[in-house]
Amino acid sequence: MSQDKPKRKIIPNKHPMPFQDPEIRNHNFDEVALGYSEDTAVLEASRCIHCKNSPCVEGCPVGIDIPAFIKMISERDFAGAINKIKEKNYLPAICGRVCPQESQCESKCTIGKKNEPVAIGRLERFVADWEMAQGIDSTPDIKPNGKKVAIVGSGPSGLTTAACLGLKGYQVTVFEALHVAGGVLIYGIPEFRLPKQIVAREIENISKLGVDIRVNAVVGKLNSIDELLEQGYDAVYIGTGAGLPYFMNIPGENLNGVYSANEFLTRNNLMKAYKFPDYLTPIRVGDRVAVIGGGNVAMDSARTALRLGAESHIIYRRTLKEMPARHEEIEHAMEEGVNFEYLASPIEIKGNEEGRVTSIICQKYELGEADESGRRKPIPIPGETFEIPVDTVIMAIGQGPNPLVPQTTPDLETNKWGNIIADAQTGATSMEGVYAGGDVVTGAATVILAMGAGKAAADAIDEYLKG
Amino acid sequence: MFEILLKEELAPKIKLFKVLAPELARKAEPGQFIILRIDEEGERIPLTIADFDRDAGTITIIFQEVGKTTDILGTLEAGDFLQDFVGPLGMESEIENYGTVVCIGGGVGVAPVFPIARALKEAGNTVISIIGARTADMLIWKQEMSHISSRLHVATDDGSLGQKGFVSDVLLEILGKTRVDRIIAIGPVPMMEAVCKVTPEDITTMVSLNPIMVDGTGMCGACRVEVDKKTRFACVDGPEFDGHKVNWELVKMRAKMFAKEEKEALSYHRCGEGECQCHRTNQNEK
Repeated sequence: MSQDKPKRKIIPNKHPMPFQDPEIRNHNFDEVALGYSEDTAVLEASRCIHCKNSPCVEGCPVGIDIPAFIKMISERDFAGAINKIKEKNYLPAICGRVCPQESQCESKCTIGKKNEPVAIGRLERFVADWEMAQGIDSTPDIKPNGKKVAIVGSGPSGLTTAACLGLKGYQVTVFEALHVAGGVLIYGIPEFRLPKQIVAREIENISKLGVDIRVNAVVGKLNSIDELLEQGYDAVYIGTGAGLPYFMNIPGENLNGVYSANEFLTRNNLMKAYKFPDYLTPIRVGDRVAVIGGGNVAMDSARTALRLGAESHIIYRRTLKEMPARHEEIEHAMEEGVNFEYLASPIEIKGNEEGRVTSIICQKYELGEADESGRRKPIPIPGETFEIPVDTVIMAIGQGPNPLVPQTTPDLETNKWGNIIADAQTGATSMEGVYAGGDVVTGAATVILAMGAGKAAADAIDEYLKG
Repeated sequence: MFEILLKEELAPKIKLFKVLAPELARKAEPGQFIILRIDEEGERIPLTIADFDRDAGTITIIFQEVGKTTDILGTLEAGDFLQDFVGPLGMESEIENYGTVVCIGGGVGVAPVFPIARALKEAGNTVISIIGARTADMLIWKQEMSHISSRLHVATDDGSLGQKGFVSDVLLEILGKTRVDRIIAIGPVPMMEAVCKVTPEDITTMVSLNPIMVDGTGMCGACRVEVDKKTRFACVDGPEFDGHKVNWELVKMRAKMFAKEEKEALSYHRCGEGECQCHRTNQNEK
């Protein structure tokens, strides 16, 4: 390297994200992270050294050309940057907020080997928000190809498939069972982490591609998959998600005050129960809430309970190190005042004579050898239990695939847990012309993995229909 | 948006809507339910389908004004629209030729029994119906039920029409005289529970449960019921279950989950639960 071209000094840390103060935000449902300013985004983008191999791209389930969009941000070409992202990802404002970047793109970042990685997620969010703020309509011209595809479910997976196929000129219809499109982005992830207006805007962009989104349409009841094919759809994509809540089968689980995380979050996010009685759907948390589980859904539930005015406790059977939730969500939950009980799991829920929850009895655990998942297995310590008085228990221990579509589609093969069996590369199922992806295939995972599956299936459907 | 084509007041606080929903009407079967939401702020409430007309593309629902949502629903008129109307949800009734079936409807529960009784009759069963209400003027669809029943019995709590007493009393008399192969009972929980108590275990007695629900597609688990000591979701596994195997104490307990909030919403709406109904008057003027 020549002397007159000085080696650029690496800024070791990410530019901090401005956040709402924890003591204020734990009383409101407004978004926690406030987003980068233009100047901060440009500075952060300039941390990227444009290394040779771009390992970050491999870490992205949808293969966004990350160095290219970051370079455009550093040159203040924000419009170029968002268009670069949209070549691969039609839901950037959502992904910039909810992707687990620390285990994907950012985990591969070259800078990140010795310092903090480039804040790829925050930059993605920044350009997506920038585009929305400008009110730019970047809908490309699309030439219809005359072929029809039905998509079942309007969550991240179905929306991605819809966008990809819409861009290719397919006439796409999305069927959504609830009264609002968005799936888990609407009913599951809370307003303070993903404002519903952002979701609505991203979906509006997809509608502009000519995608017809039909709400209140329960496939499996209103139409079966076979009927959709008979009605002239050339292919069907099933992205119905993991909408079946699991319970623990412990005594007291049907007492009043025990919610599945799905119910608790749906009441709040979809039905806006936090605005009761202006909105008519009620919710009750009482003074103290126990949330069982250690994933993102558990964090969302615990932080929602806090905002509804309760003292909030996470009960997790392993330790902080093994928690599957995004780091940022755990950190935010702690800052806001959620309490964490590790190495414990409920064995019984007690109630009063009215059938209302009064306490939860937990078994203490210790960590043993690593299990198949590579995490150390929790082992109960005999005789060690404790009781916490609580008014509400929220079960956030996972969800299974929604059974409505498989139940009414006899030719669709499923595994013993009810997940649809689909090819890992293409999403092809046991039925010709029927593809599936996202949580209904993999079991509950992340938004971006569901989107990756949706994108792969869109390519496979395109191949199939081009025949 | 879903248009209300027809409104009828069947009894005090009991109203009927015919709603235009052709896709639903095409697929609806006896025993299934719909979920509706009146407007943006509204809650999702499940109502069992009282009738459907595939040609006209309509679904008939009958509801009683018992809370804020049903109160507001009752103020809507023909020509008004419902924001959301989704279904058909739940499993359809099992319809076979069983022989002699007793169909029992209590209060507003007569409505969902009607299409089931009709389908049972069409399947070749002898249908004996028992319908009941607190008083004669609260009794609905007597004529409709008599058309599709071989025999129709009426019971009112005060004896103002038919036999004085409960539908379960009438059932007990029938069981003493007639061979019965199957029973279906829909109505208030105490009525369904009473029916199950008087029927022998060897006569399958189906009941339709209407617990608190949110999505109605198996996603939230609010509608948990215990049948044969197993937890089931009424929205996707039901709403009909073998009444002899239902844990009735749990059904009654879980129905009270939001009793306090329901009262609060209602008192906002009905002005302190008084009969003044000033807020409703305002709404009508709107």
